[in-house]
Amino acid sequence: MSAETTIETAGAPRGAADAATGYNFAYLDEQTKRMIRRAILKGIAIPGYQVPFASREMPMPYGWGTGGVQVTASVIGPDDVLKVIDQGSDDTTNAVSIRKFFARTAGVATTTHTAEATMIQTRHRIPEAPLREGQILVYQVPIPEPLRLLEPRETETRTLHALAEYGVMHVKLYEDIAQHGHIAKTYDYPVEVNGRYVMAPSPTPKFDNPKMEMSPALQLFGAGREQRIYAVPPYTRVRSLDFEDHPFTIQRFAEPCALCAATGVYLDEVVLDDRGGRMFVCSDSDHCEERRAAGHRGTMLAGAAGTENDHA
Amino acid sequence: MREGALLEARGLTKLYGPHVGCADVSFDLFPGEVLAIVGESGSGKSTLLSVLSTEMEPSDGAVSYRMRDGAVESLFDLDEARRRVLMRTDWGFIRQDAAQGLRMRVSAGGNVGERLMAVGQRHYGKIRASAEDWLARVEIDVARIDDKPTTFSGGMRQRLQIARNLVTHPRLVLMDEPTSGLDVSVQARLLDLIRGLVAELGLAVIIVTHDLAVARLLSHRIMVMRHGRVIETGLTDQVLDDPHEPYTQLLVSSVLAA
Ligand SMILES: Nc1ncnc2c1ncn2[C@@H]1O[C@H](COP(=O)(O)OP(=O)(O)OP(=O)(O)O)[C@@H](O)[C@H]1O
Ligand SMILES: [Mg+2]
Repeated sequence: MSAETTIETAGAPRGAADAATGYNFAYLDEQTKRMIRRAILKGIAIPGYQVPFASREMPMPYGWGTGGVQVTASVIGPDDVLKVIDQGSDDTTNAVSIRKFFARTAGVATTTHTAEATMIQTRHRIPEAPLREGQILVYQVPIPEPLRLLEPRETETRTLHALAEYGVMHVKLYEDIAQHGHIAKTYDYPVEVNGRYVMAPSPTPKFDNPKMEMSPALQLFGAGREQRIYAVPPYTRVRSLDFEDHPFTIQRFAEPCALCAATGVYLDEVVLDDRGGRMFVCSDSDHCEERRAAGHRGTMLAGAAGTENDHA
Repeated sequence: MREGALLEARGLTKLYGPHVGCADVSFDLFPGEVLAIVGESGSGKSTLLSVLSTEMEPSDGAVSYRMRDGAVESLFDLDEARRRVLMRTDWGFIRQDAAQGLRMRVSAGGNVGERLMAVGQRHYGKIRASAEDWLARVEIDVARIDDKPTTFSGGMRQRLQIARNLVTHPRLVLMDEPTSGLDVSVQARLLDLIRGLVAELGLAVIIVTHDLAVARLLSHRIMVMRHGRVIETGLTDQVLDDPHEPYTQLLVSSVLAA
């Protein structure tokens, strides 16, 4: 996070944001940013705890990640380099419009490369490339309360968090196993943060849960409609809930990425034709492109130069 | 607190505004003892039970409880965290309306297993085995373990409530009209079951009922309430066979419809 003064003074010389758009740097006024930063700091001080904040109207609908956008707007500085992903892609309408929004209102540089970014706003995925110290990952969160489905009363969920009464989370997992023979939840899989608060990781696939654990990057979560902010500071324990005899496992994919031959990454199924043709490709498009640029070739690209297996 | 007593209530009073819910109720309860609270509608039975369960704070009075380690604690001085742990481990509460005492959208097994998970059990197989064991003990077909209580009959729901409460081996169970609203034959079976479990597990029970037959069958001692006050108390057989208070005599002779 940059200090406020840095943002104000450094924002001005670039000029573009203020002059061209008539908005304050990164759209939000400084008082709102201060309020949101206080919520963020509190969230960092109490990992996994949901801090209420007064969510502002943003020039986009709620489903578009207004919580994440407000968090990003409050911590971004003029020297930051921003990457925005939706699922794993930089190119969806949602990702493109948020990236443009900050390019316009904050005049910041943007990128699609994980390694180049200092801030990454995401819906659904954590990049495959390991994050490093100094990077901030901002999650757009629709439903921040992991206990909500089991306990609709807000006063009661607050008490359950306060007293760390999380038995009911395991009731949900128990029900899954009783019904399906295994824990069926694959997205937004609940985690225990720093041995204390149970937290909803937002709709990321559980595949990404292990990346949250002991990450060198700062992870911030913003829920606009629900007006909650929470955080996982760098190097914090993040444990996925499970049973001793049904330990947490991530999805495994039978084949490598059809484009870049990557294994051990999260793959999306792509339908090729109406005769059942399909392929599995990296959900993280930047990761896939970088691997291809480095000469990796999957089966769909076999025959093209530099195939994975042609180094004989 | 008296030597060996499990719970001691002194001067319990609950006012609803100017209205008396219960007034100046005192009694002792010993381990393994079943105390019935009887009285006509509106006499303060449920109010007293809500106060004892700490769901409502009394306007006056105190409740002491002997914890498992022998230490005596004043219930309303315990912090909320400890009180809640006590309630879901060492206490049980069987409600008249099973929908309030069960999670209706969670399977029978999940209902029984919840308290175990709440106290930190994290082995699915063991939790399920305990649930099976308890379903069998309350005479619910173990094949129904993955069914939701919405598909259960009234009697089965009450038996499921019992299993859900007893799985952590509490020492004290509160019951509010556990058999009312059930068919007579279903009632009889449930009462038999409760009586068996109470004897087998040495449970202390405070049971609210307006059915004197239930009190006679289950309880060792009886407390008769009227207008929020205890008007007569004693060994169940003595009170029912030889009531001293005119009001109790009317109750026993069934002149008063409960
Ligand atoms: N929430 C409340 N607010 C005001 N008065 C109440 C409330 N609950 C109970 N009362 C009053 O307190 C008195 C005792 O009520 P309580 O429900 O404890 O009686 P009860 O013996 O359980 O009756 P029943 O056999 O009908 O269940 C009654 O006069 C009742 O009207
Ligand atoms: Mg009542």
